Order: sequence, then structure tokens, then C-alpha cells
Amino acid sequence: MEKFDVIVVGAGPSGNAAAYTLARAGLSVLQLERGESPGTKNVQGAILYADALEKIIPDFRDSAPLERHVAEQRMWLLDENQSCTGATYRDARFSQEPHNRYTIIRARFDRWFSGKVKDAGALVICETTVTELLRDPAGKVIGVRTERAQGDILADCVILADGANALLGERAGLRPRVKAEDMALAVKEVIFLPRETIESRFNIADTQGVVIEIAGNITHGMVGTGFLYTNRDSLAIGIGCMLADMKRQSLTPCQLLEGLKRHPAVQPLIEGAEMKEYSAHLIPEGGYRALPQLYGEGWLVVGDSAGFVNAVHREGSNLAMTSGRFAAETLIGLRQAGKPFTAANLAAYKRRLDDSFVMADLKKYQGVPELLHDHPHILGTYPRFLGDAAREALTVDGEPKRDKQKRILGELTRKRSVLGLLGDAYRFWRAFR
Amino acid sequence: MNAPAEFALPKVNVEEKLFQDRYRVDVGKPHIKVRDAGVCASCAAKPCTVCCPAGCWSIDEDGGIDLMVDGCLECGTCRLVCDEGNVDWNYPRGGFGILFKFG
Repeated sequence: MEKFDVIVVGAGPSGNAAAYTLARAGLSVLQLERGESPGTKNVQGAILYADALEKIIPDFRDSAPLERHVAEQRMWLLDENQSCTGATYRDARFSQEPHNRYTIIRARFDRWFSGKVKDAGALVICETTVTELLRDPAGKVIGVRTERAQGDILADCVILADGANALLGERAGLRPRVKAEDMALAVKEVIFLPRETIESRFNIADTQGVVIEIAGNITHGMVGTGFLYTNRDSLAIGIGCMLADMKRQSLTPCQLLEGLKRHPAVQPLIEGAEMKEYSAHLIPEGGYRALPQLYGEGWLVVGDSAGFVNAVHREGSNLAMTSGRFAAETLIGLRQAGKPFTAANLAAYKRRLDDSFVMADLKKYQGVPELLHDHPHILGTYPRFLGDAAREALTVDGEPKRDKQKRILGELTRKRSVLGLLGDAYRFWRAFR
Repeated sequence: MNAPAEFALPKVNVEEKLFQDRYRVDVGKPHIKVRDAGVCASCAAKPCTVCCPAGCWSIDEDGGIDLMVDGCLECGTCRLVCDEGNVDWNYPRGGFGILFKFG
């Protein structure tokens, strides 16, 4: 039976980062991907964070399929009463090279990244689903089983980059099943418009792009957010809600997305666009407290499979690529030192993560999932209040401003007692400090 | 969670959306199965019928569950929302299932 130094399961950002880094260092790498080609099973918004990729492929901008650099970020609170309260941050420095964030189309990007992995010397085999991990009598992971005939393959270490469902780790008893409480379901459409139309509607030129992150009552009381991103000649529009909330109500994901598309603040931006793909994906949003065991005898877990998503900042692919790189660098270091891939030695991977932004950010926001879970009104009451307050203030009707102000504040304390307001403020401070 | 009438969400035909997607169906080899049809029939909530983004799960004439996996987007939602653990969920064979063009 053939044996590799490392088998990487999955060809998303984390698996590609790991396989590329390992192969460049001269280790023998087999990467297995279940899709027809890398990217055909993967879904993301998608924003690419340059920093994480730069640390793996410094000159990626020369060849990667990038859609637009992010020149402007909008944050919107949409109310079901058809209002939109928002903030816009546009910065000319965002349009100076090197750019910090780009919109990408994942199927194209992943194929490009996989090409780099192959060039680096890894063996990449697609159309192959890994069904379970192989283990020796002592429990050490020694390879993988695929569904192909004679499909067992051995390796000194297996990197689990198998995505949000994390089936392989669960089946091997290395981690508990992911929970509906820790998962968001996002649905998305890719809709096409002429390039000039996108640029005029979003007030952008050239390769500039706009990112709109959306919260408020578009999620109908559920914990979740929406988004609208500009690609070169298409838009990505989507909405995601926590699964634990979704299962307790009667709106389908499709209906939620339709509601977002029909909102008067959104509809004119997407008018006339041609839908060419509808997709769905789970996002592990449980944060720090939901993290599973990250390493063991002969295995490491990276990316979505490990739950590395910073839901507050809508970051995931950068945590994925960074964790993939750390996993690879840990193995490279051990190999160079002549040390085996035991759990004790692989603990170095966890230490790399602990010392980086990955764990620092996850720890910082560890209270947020619970805050939103226990106080779901936060996402409903305050956006609605902001919208109502803005409408009051901006409607000129002869009423003295002092009376208007009084009524606005009265409205707020009617919706939420003063104690409730103070409590929310404290909870917010605790969760986001 | 009650929305005003003017914001009531329309019924959406998910099949029309799925029509835009590319699939290679593994005919006769569904990757998701119901473990015990009786458990579904006696499940009051049937969250799978609401949460599945591809509308693969529907309620049949007898109040049981009808599962059609051809349009599956392979997200994994049905497995996680089933409190009964009644969903036998696997990824399709390599190369089969949804083939995202954009992702």
C-alpha cells in the first residue's frame, strides 16, 4: 500500500494552504477532494483577505482570479417597515495597492489555488470521497479509507480539512457531532449584471468593489445576517441564520432570501439581474467555546472543520488558510527535527494558533454567540428603534424638535425598560470589549 | 417574529432556483436516507421540511416524509436539525452531486 508523509482531506482554503506549504517543503503530500474539481463543492460569500494568503503565496496577485478590491464597506440595518439605517466607510487608501480585501468567486479561486498546490509537488486527486479514518489498534490515525476499490491509503499524518460538517472527526470519535446551536445556514445567489451597471449602481470604478453587511429584521427575529457583494460582472447576495433558530419557525431559507431581495433598499441594486446559481452552506459560528479537540495521534484539524470562524467580523477563509499553514509548518518543523507526529508533538500546532490572531480573536468574542442566543431581541429592537428614530427626526412636520426627541426616547424605554437598556449595554460591552 | 402584512414573505418556488444549478446525479444511489420512516411520521415539528434550502424534504399524503435528494446542495442542515437523529447522511460518491459553477 502506498504511503505518504501527509494526507490532506479537502481542497478548500485550509486544505490548499496546508498542502501547498507541505509540498513546498518537500514532504510527500496526497490531497483528496470529493468534487469534480477543487471548488465545485465549496461556497463562500466571498471575501478574500490578502494578508493570510500573502503569507503563503506572496505574489498571489499576479495570477489569482480576483474580482474586485474592497473600496467601500457599508453596514446596513434593514427594518421590515421598509427602512434602511446604515453606515458607509469609503477610504481612498483602500484603493491603493497592495489591496487588503478582494471579492472572489470561489469555484475559480479554488481551482487556481489547487493549481499552485500541484505545481508545488503535491498529488491532488479529485472525485474521491474519504469515508473514514484508518487507525491502528492503539487508536493512532494512520491513513484514510476512500470509497474507491482498494481505497485505503496510509500516511504519517492526516490533516482534516473536510469542511463544516466535520464528518470524519465525528465518525472516528475524535470530536462530538457539530450542533445546530453552533451552526448558521447561509443561502446565496450569484446574479449577473453588466459591469457598467454594477459600477454605476454602486458608485465604483475600475476594479473597485463594495461590500454590504446587513443586519436587522430581515432575519425575522432569528440570529443572522445578510450580505451583498460586488464581483466584476455579478453580485453575490445571501442571508444566513442560526440553525437552532431556523428550526423553530416556518420561513424557508429561500423565503428569507427573497425577502432580502425585495427589500426596498436592496431591490433597486439588483433590478434586472440574471440569477445563475443558488447555493447553500453551513457556517460554524459557535466560536471559541464550540472548538473541538484540534490535534491527536497522527491528525490535525483545520479551517471550517475546526470551527475557525470569526462570525462578528465575517471572517473565516483567512482563519482557514492560516490554520492550514500552521498545521503544515508544525509538521515540517517536526519532520526536520526528526520527531514523530504524536499528539504530544502536534500540540505545537495548538500553541501556534494560541499565539496568533486566530485564537486571540475567537477568545475575544467568545461571549457573543451566547449573548445573541440568550437575548435575540438585541437584533430586532435596536435596528427598529434606530429606523423609527431616524424617521421621526427626518420627517419635518412642524412639531418642535424637543417634543420629537422626547417621544423617540419614550419609544425606546417603552420597548425596553431602562434597566433592560443598561443590561444590554453591559452585555454588549462584556461581549465585544 | 410577527412581521407586518406588507412584509409577509411570498412563497418561493425553489425548483426554479435549483434549475440554474449543475448536478451529476448518482442515479439510484441517494446519499441521504431516512433511518426509520415511522419516526418521521410521528415527528410533530418536521424541521427538515422548513430548513432544507433545496426543499428536498416534504410531507407526503399520509403525514410521513418524502425525501428527494436530487436537488441536494450538500449543506448538511437536515442532519443537524433532526432531533431524532433519523437522518443517515453521507457525502455523495466522488464527482457526483452538486457541481457549483461559482460557489
